[in-house]
Amino acid sequence: MAESNKIKKVSIVISKGSFDGVYPGLIMANGARMEGIETTVFFTFFGLEAIMKKKADKIKVATVGNPAMHLPSLLGIIPGMSAFATHKMKKEMEKLDIPPVGEFIEMLSDAGAELYACKATVDMFHLTKVDFMPQVNDIINVATFYEKSAGAEIIFT
Amino acid sequence: MTEKKVGSMTVDVDAEGFMTDASQWTEDIAKALAKEEGIELTEDHFKVISFMRKDFAENGTAPSIRRLNKAGGISTKDLYSLFPDGPAKKAAKISGLPKPQGCV
Repeated sequence: MAESNKIKKVSIVISKGSFDGVYPGLIMANGARMEGIETTVFFTFFGLEAIMKKKADKIKVATVGNPAMHLPSLLGIIPGMSAFATHKMKKEMEKLDIPPVGEFIEMLSDAGAELYACKATVDMFHLTKVDFMPQVNDIINVATFYEKSAGAEIIFT
Repeated sequence: MTEKKVGSMTVDVDAEGFMTDASQWTEDIAKALAKEEGIELTEDHFKVISFMRKDFAENGTAPSIRRLNKAGGISTKDLYSLFPDGPAKKAAKISGLPKPQGCV
């Protein structure tokens, strides 16, 4: 590929707090760093759970309202079903060397990705900087997000 | 498959320049390949390279960044500073291994 056509910078928004809401964004962010692409990740709404000390490793697969689970919603509501599905999926991911969320955040930070929490959501949920993992660079508003995303491809997940 | 001249040696490579026969690799080839990537190899680089080659010989695939960290004891930060702009790929290329296939 011609050097000028290469993506140089990405800005990834993670807005959901389910397993499949969080992982694709993390994998894309890490993959970008692996390709030498400058990377910013912005966590908003329930996506914030991925960078919260007490929540990051408790993110679960949604077994209700998810047609691709091929599981009737009535069964999906059984206590433990979501934990079971999450456990199964984590085992498969471990085989592919995909780390648990908390470790993934550390890895992204070590790889040089910048991680930001959305201010509006932080205020809405009454959170403060201490609720977040130390790898989080800052809590920023939308205007700052766009400033930091100058020249980047913005990817919303 | 094509042949590529690396310094005074000739090696088999794929379309992207990854060596296809790890047994053709020597330290001199690594130094020459690294130079093409703008990297001057040091002892720390060779620590990564020797783990990668050992792991490849045992498992048949180039290790992921996480594996380099957990099994090889090479921190992700160090890896990115030793092989900037694409550590797993560059380290594999210089180590004479195929392009890593994993997503992480």
